[in-house]
Amino acid sequence: MAVATQDTAIRTGRAVRMSIYLVLILFALFYMLPLYVMLVNSVKPLSEITGGGMMSLPDTWTIEPWRKAWSEAQVGVQATGLRPYFWNSIFMVVPAVAISTVLGALNGYVLTKWRFRGDTILFGLMLFACFIPFQIVLIPMAAVLGFLGISGNTAGLVLVHVVYGLGFTTLYFRNYYAVFPTELIRAAQIDGASFFQIFWRILLPSSGPIAVVSIIWQFTNIWNDFLFGASFASGDGAPMTVALNNLVQSSTGVKEYNVHFAGAILAALPTLLVYIVAGRYFVRGLMAGSVKG
Amino acid sequence: MVATSEADLKTRLQIWLPKLVLSPSLAMILVFVYGFILFTVYVSMTDSRILPFVDKDGQRTFELISLANYEKLFRLSHWEISLTNMAIFAGLYIVICTVIGLMLAIFLDQKIRGEGLLRPLYLYPMALSFIVTGTAWKWFLDPGIGLENIVQTWGWESFSFDWIKDRQFAIYTIVLAAVWQTSGFVMAMFLAGLRGIDNEILKAAQMDGASNWNLYRRIIIPQLRPAFLSAFVILAHLAIKTFDLVIAMTGGGPGRATELPATFMYSYTFSRNQMGIGASSAVIMLMTVAAIMIPYLYAELREKK
Repeated sequence: MAVATQDTAIRTGRAVRMSIYLVLILFALFYMLPLYVMLVNSVKPLSEITGGGMMSLPDTWTIEPWRKAWSEAQVGVQATGLRPYFWNSIFMVVPAVAISTVLGALNGYVLTKWRFRGDTILFGLMLFACFIPFQIVLIPMAAVLGFLGISGNTAGLVLVHVVYGLGFTTLYFRNYYAVFPTELIRAAQIDGASFFQIFWRILLPSSGPIAVVSIIWQFTNIWNDFLFGASFASGDGAPMTVALNNLVQSSTGVKEYNVHFAGAILAALPTLLVYIVAGRYFVRGLMAGSVKG
Repeated sequence: MVATSEADLKTRLQIWLPKLVLSPSLAMILVFVYGFILFTVYVSMTDSRILPFVDKDGQRTFELISLANYEKLFRLSHWEISLTNMAIFAGLYIVICTVIGLMLAIFLDQKIRGEGLLRPLYLYPMALSFIVTGTAWKWFLDPGIGLENIVQTWGWESFSFDWIKDRQFAIYTIVLAAVWQTSGFVMAMFLAGLRGIDNEILKAAQMDGASNWNLYRRIIIPQLRPAFLSAFVILAHLAIKTFDLVIAMTGGGPGRATELPATFMYSYTFSRNQMGIGASSAVIMLMTVAAIMIPYLYAELREKK
């Protein structure tokens, strides 16, 4: 997607161009719709939503739903709001992203610059692991986490996300290092540089972009995970997505839609911010995970 | 003597180091992915109901029953509904995403002013959790407060739109939300493909008097074959894994109208205490994904050599 300014041979008439713009703008509105609904309804009193005003701007603006979603709403047993679960997610995401990215970088380095017989098969095994439906590992994972005594807490989820994120991080670094000139590595080797010195001094300094891709991909995926969170940590140790779902699905009392919407934005905010700041890298990660590196 | 053996050890270490560095990851993948797959296959051949597998006295809590779970699974109407729903959902989801993605990519490729603004708008849903967007869609489509109510208060009082509460139509609301989430990504895949097409061929064809329609039909779209294949594989495997979106929007309801294999597996394993059945459904899911992914990954890895 880097060559955005390439000259296309297609020429179109005025009327056609107008309709193309129209379609493109209509789709932009369609994609914006849920975000608009969440934002606008998170700052209005409940009565305005139930009164049929979901699409209109608030008559009375209020940040009360946000406050309530963050610190007061009934999510678990106690009315703590989403705050503790937000921190659960942070404490899960940060180590899981760091560990899986470091391991991915090392794996990519070995698989491209220290090749050995059967390395492609090993990589294929790692890559297929990214695409399995995770239902296939839920039962043994629940048993193992229970056995290790880290079921239901953040440490367990960190382990889970490191394991099932490794395939992607390895894929990114492998494809990136594959085009890195191997002569430089050989030269350094002849000069007596060790395995780690080569990695540290030669590859790592130029790994910035792919590290960003890997970190953003892992961050987004792990933050947004629901299946593992719901299976292994549904109580106090639940991550943000599970807590949000509990909040929205709770059947007791009045349904406070405005609080649900505020909570949804709170759960979306970290990944949305990352997308706004570094969307380019996120898209690169997406594409590398689908087409090829 | 000591010095040489030390040097020997060092070179030996250098030779083994790369494999040593790779081994923790490899061990994790082998145990937590492939070992676990085998284990789930094993569980699917037992009558286990809940964890743990071994009781306090060290006695195992299950019997081996070979393939009885699979026979039972395919007789369950619940599973049959999940499969039917998956067929409807996956079929529509893949086709609609591909059509919208291709159309948007072609339109965006016409030297559109503001492309840099539109593209991120189409793609941002991919960065959001399905629970977040599911919540937004759930309430937006809710007849009580959402679309139906909105249009009614705008003056069209007989307007009705309650698909999300309707057993027959609820699955289509899941399709809508899923298409909304991933069609932008498909657009990006096709756009990358379009940008990779050699312009000289197009110009030459144009000189020969080919119309825009023919240019796309005969030259451009056939060249997008790899993008079609990638889109299909990615969408198919996403469809089979769809779980969060259903949980957030309908919880599998109304009734069982939006149950999919993933929600089936979850409820049989964790809430209905029929772990053996749950495991067998997971095995079927894996086999479906493997049938799609393995040939694709195999071709991708071979090509690179």
